[in-house]
Amino acid sequence: MKLSVDPIACRGHGLCADLLPELVRLDEWGYPVVAAGPVPPELAAETRRAANACPALALRLRKA
Amino acid sequence: MSILPPHRLDLAGHRRRNGVVPWVAYHGDDGRDRLVEAVEAAGLRGRGGGGFPTAVKLRAARSRRSIVVANGCEGDPLSRKDAALLALSPHLVVDGLQLAAHAIGATETVLCVDTGSPVLPSVTAALAERDDRVPVRIAEIPRRYVASEESALVHFLTSGDARPLGKEPRPAERGVRGRPTLVDNVETLAQLASAVLLGPHHYRAARTDLVTVTGAVRTPGVVELPAGPSLTAVLAAAGGETEPLQAVLVGGYGGTWTTDLRLGLSGIPAVYALPASACGLEYTAKVLAFLAAESARQCGPCMFGLPSIAADFAELVRGGPAVHRLAHRLPLLTGRGACAHPDGAARLAASALRTFGADVTTHQAGGRCRVLEGVA
Repeated sequence: MKLSVDPIACRGHGLCADLLPELVRLDEWGYPVVAAGPVPPELAAETRRAANACPALALRLRKA
Repeated sequence: MSILPPHRLDLAGHRRRNGVVPWVAYHGDDGRDRLVEAVEAAGLRGRGGGGFPTAVKLRAARSRRSIVVANGCEGDPLSRKDAALLALSPHLVVDGLQLAAHAIGATETVLCVDTGSPVLPSVTAALAERDDRVPVRIAEIPRRYVASEESALVHFLTSGDARPLGKEPRPAERGVRGRPTLVDNVETLAQLASAVLLGPHHYRAARTDLVTVTGAVRTPGVVELPAGPSLTAVLAAAGGETEPLQAVLVGGYGGTWTTDLRLGLSGIPAVYALPASACGLEYTAKVLAFLAAESARQCGPCMFGLPSIAADFAELVRGGPAVHRLAHRLPLLTGRGACAHPDGAARLAASALRTFGADVTTHQAGGRCRVLEGVA
């Protein structure tokens, strides 16, 4: 699975970085920077939860 | 064959100089295949800056009711090649537009130019002279740096909003009003027509590039040279330098500074020659301020990042310690927007720091390195 951010939809709420600090950090303006590469299997459930929690539905999880 | 004539060509003049498209050779469905194969054999790549193989784009957009969009907008203040082409050789562009429409089975074409563009009379007069199979509509696009980005054009033609849509879906998949859409730069279409008129083999040997040259050259303007010229050849075609140069900005406002004049150019729409007497950091700071103001304000890293790096550069010029902040910020801007606008600004800024490194030190030691007077 691969995690990405829809840059137009993202409003910089920052929930993703709270819920998934292993893969998401925030830049100085509060917008998510997602780690490159596939989502590690042990984080799959957490990642799904973070994507579902995004208030703007901007955090996207796709089959790689 | 040069694609840019010295004077404007009307339809008769165009046909005398460039010939008539051999439509009969491309009749029917297998004719479409032959046409795309000819474009492939010509090795044609997009001239809007992306350099994508045109035949691949044609194949992707093939459909029964697709649309061709000719992009004649020039958001970059350093580029005028597309306007020159539309002013002097509009029929070559429209021939290319009709060929592209035939190749993909389009029922509709749109020729996009900047709102109030000086090329409008030339284009309108050219269309009035023709009796084309697929109708061509002219659309005036708001003047904005990112409005000529392909997804922004598609967005505008669908909804009247000239902001980029993002990378997915591609216009070939879902474009204007949801239809498969081919978006090609007007020079690409003129080159396509030229490849068909000359034949792919002859075209490959004779093909040319258009480059807009500005800055410290004797005759600034649009020049046409054999494909893949060196910077030295491009500057010579613009009459040569008016004074020693310090560096050249290659690729327009989102481009790269270089001091290597042997560099070969391919698909580069514009170069700016910076004289030795001007400060590259000051020039870059002005360009970054422009680019920051041109953000469509949709994506965070662009909306906040571009004003931040523009402010950093302004501070750098004043002698402030912004270099460390820039080293941290610049890599953060790349690949994080819906379009390549922030990537271009970051590329420009990073190349300025590399190329004018000595000047950074001078500014930090207190004040300006050179006097920037009378430089555009």
